[in-house]
Amino acid sequence: MKSPIANLQKVFESRIRLGIMSALMVNDTLDFNTLKELLGLTDGNLASHLKALEQQEIIVVSKQFIGRKPSTTYKTTEQGRDLFRQHLSALEKLISNQ
Amino acid sequence: MKNISANPNEDLQAIRDIMERSSKFLSLSGLSGIFAGACALMGAAIAWFFILDSGHVHYDEYMRSLGGSSTSGIRIYLALDAILVLGFAVLGAIYFSFRNARKAGQQFWTNSARRVLINLLIPLVSGGIFALILMFRNNLELVASVMLIFYGLSLVNAGKFTFGEIHYLGLTEIVLGILAGVFINYGLLLWTIGFGLMHIVYGTVMYNRYERHRAWNIEIRN
Repeated sequence: MKSPIANLQKVFESRIRLGIMSALMVNDTLDFNTLKELLGLTDGNLASHLKALEQQEIIVVSKQFIGRKPSTTYKTTEQGRDLFRQHLSALEKLISNQ
Repeated sequence: MKNISANPNEDLQAIRDIMERSSKFLSLSGLSGIFAGACALMGAAIAWFFILDSGHVHYDEYMRSLGGSSTSGIRIYLALDAILVLGFAVLGAIYFSFRNARKAGQQFWTNSARRVLINLLIPLVSGGIFALILMFRNNLELVASVMLIFYGLSLVNAGKFTFGEIHYLGLTEIVLGILAGVFINYGLLLWTIGFGLMHIVYGTVMYNRYERHRAWNIEIRN
């Protein structure tokens, strides 16, 4: 049998990226400030993790203006949701094998 | 945190926690339930002692004994009474939940707050309009039942986006509403139980479960 560890996604090794993805799985879109507050992170820290997720095409970014204020929102891609689900079931398998 | 497989349990716990916090409105305060219940009790007392003549006659018989036009004053006062109770209860809910959010250092007006509100308002406003229609078509005896049933449906609908207790409070209100439709003479009594007593009971349970504990936590941390 293939080890479930093989299905763990390296990109979700970080608890922060895991947190970002968890929040985006249950919300269509979230903006930067909501994520920041939810996860209790600094701007720089959150931005770098979002960048990493964006580069791996796990999330997509869209920028628009609300009135005169710029707003950046994030949402998951199909591929991102797929990887996250694989990661989740790998975690679950690990627990049941313990 | 180099090796994720070191603690899959903690990871799953974190995922669940964030999913819940980001999709549910958890600032709702039990105190707002207690306050709403107190408003309803007062409103019911006003209805009983002042509008319905100290309850000397049964709610429904009394209404039937009066002809259409002679009850218009009573109907308007009852509608005003109910609207005032609703107004104060909503103000209380906003105040206590806002305070709750600020205490926990969270934003009040979030996506999930909007979702709770819209899902609450659709059945609630429909029911409110329907109750007014019944009142002015002189079907006052069914108003208590309609208010309870539609309010219960609103709570069941909104309950998906907040604490699970709200779902059960909704089911309780629906059952009371159906009973109020069957035992029509006890409409006001069942209304008082549903909007007064049940709010206080559920509000107290929620306060003890989620807030007292948290207030204590914050004290320890400081």
